[in-house]
Amino acid sequence: MDDDMRELYQEVILDHGKNPRNFRQPEDANCEARGNNPLCGDQLTVYLKVDEGRLIRDAAFEGRGCAISMASASMMTQIVCGKTVSQVQSLFDKFHKLCTGEMEEFPQDEFTDDMEKLRVMSGVRRFPMRVKCATLSWHTMNAAASGHNETTTE
Amino acid sequence: MDATLSNIDLERSSYDVDAIRAEFPILASEFNGYPLTFLDSGASAQKPECVLRCMDDVYRRSYANVHRGAYALSQAATDYYEGARKTVARYLNARSDDEIVFTQNVTAAINLVAHSYGRNFLERGDEVIISQMEHHANIVPWQLLRDEIGIELKVAPIDEAGNLLLDQLAEMFSHKTKLVSLTHVSNVLGTIVPIKKVIDLAHERDIPVLIDGAQGIVHTRVDVQDLDAEFYAFTGHKLYGPSGIGVLYGKKDLLNTMPPYQGGGDMIERVTFEKTTYRDAPARFEAGTPPIVEAAGLAAAIDYVDGIGMENISSHEQELLNYATERLNEVDGITIYGEAQHKAGIISFTLDKVHPHDIATIVDSRGVSVRAGHHCAQPLMDWYGVAATTRASFGMYSNKQDVDALVDGIKYVKEIFS
Repeated sequence: MDDDMRELYQEVILDHGKNPRNFRQPEDANCEARGNNPLCGDQLTVYLKVDEGRLIRDAAFEGRGCAISMASASMMTQIVCGKTVSQVQSLFDKFHKLCTGEMEEFPQDEFTDDMEKLRVMSGVRRFPMRVKCATLSWHTMNAAASGHNETTTE
Repeated sequence: MDATLSNIDLERSSYDVDAIRAEFPILASEFNGYPLTFLDSGASAQKPECVLRCMDDVYRRSYANVHRGAYALSQAATDYYEGARKTVARYLNARSDDEIVFTQNVTAAINLVAHSYGRNFLERGDEVIISQMEHHANIVPWQLLRDEIGIELKVAPIDEAGNLLLDQLAEMFSHKTKLVSLTHVSNVLGTIVPIKKVIDLAHERDIPVLIDGAQGIVHTRVDVQDLDAEFYAFTGHKLYGPSGIGVLYGKKDLLNTMPPYQGGGDMIERVTFEKTTYRDAPARFEAGTPPIVEAAGLAAAIDYVDGIGMENISSHEQELLNYATERLNEVDGITIYGEAQHKAGIISFTLDKVHPHDIATIVDSRGVSVRAGHHCAQPLMDWYGVAATTRASFGMYSNKQDVDALVDGIKYVKEIFS
């Protein structure tokens, strides 16, 4: 069990949790959504700057939550920047499967490098109650990119 | 530190916590390779052997629907169900069994009062007073009523330690105040509210009072005649009984002026398509097949609690609370929420730089079950300016080792986050 704990709370996660990247509200963001986990009351807002070609130029977030949710949001903002909305939607699908343990190995494709980075989050698969902590920011980003302003993990 | 002193205190009492623990089968189990340290009794308590056996026996030997058949088995089940009502009435010192309405839980009991009493005796502009430290179950039903008929919801303040500010509450009373609905014990802070004083103050102005006893019934002895509240609600599963059954105590004359909440079988005198007449309380509030076996289980739980004595349970929990407060205060970075003068066995805290969910997951890996989150009391969390806390809550079976395991778990959290 201690191994599972160490896998869940890897250095990378603790680092992103303590010092989240892109923790800010960009002035020129044109998409934003609020994510809410009614189970624990955690909330975050994801901001995106999406250009006419549906390319994400900037991604940032603000909010409060556990180490897992802060780290996941932080890593997400780094990864989605420079990708198109449809690319990040495919990536979200893979990330979701990684977190729930539905898929452990992913085929070689354009997302291979990103998935390798995101693999540090896969420790949540052994903690079903915590999967939503890892996916809240992605759900919220997805809502923002799709033009919805509110989302919950329910 | 005073750990030795607390040791002696715990040993000195005649309370045999080991014997009690032996009655709760689940406490012998292991989780994640560690013995179970169950510190979430405030959410739902574990069940003693006698409750499990009683419910199993009723299903095996005495089960049929109640109040129906002219056959022996239905009579046997009815005896269990109505016998449970007598047990509850006796335990609460109610004047009559008819003052005990079985509901699904406290939430259902409060909704019953909000619908039946609220819709019929309150009108636009009338005020219901609650407090800052209510559970959502004693907030949302009144908001629904507010949105429906236009009542005002007023919130009595607390101080930083979590004491209800009685003087300020009394000043809120006006000719428009039609109900005070108040928790007995805060599920987050552990505050034991001096409800007797509140009830007396309210009664000076002829204002009826509903007490949410979800936590109160578990930690204190409740005598409804002494308290004199119009309504007192509690739930079975926190009192070592099954889930799915709760109790609304109500003064008989008042209950009989209230219209039914839900319609159906068992609550009627005579039904025609033109007109239906209703039975007196409690039957008029118990439409449909009730939680028969759950009632029997609740009665078994009450008998068990009564056998040990609520006063003994309370003082055991009090010693544990003092011990836990001391031990948690030894840990750097811990902040305890709720330092009221009178507290029950509930302790909420935060740890610097670590979110309560991370704490709960990590201590769980050492077999320790604690609650993390807003505890269905978001307005209270907002008032303290925190999103969530970690909460340890004790039951009659909790012991010093449980507290030690929690403190060790928190040290492990700090190790991971260091």
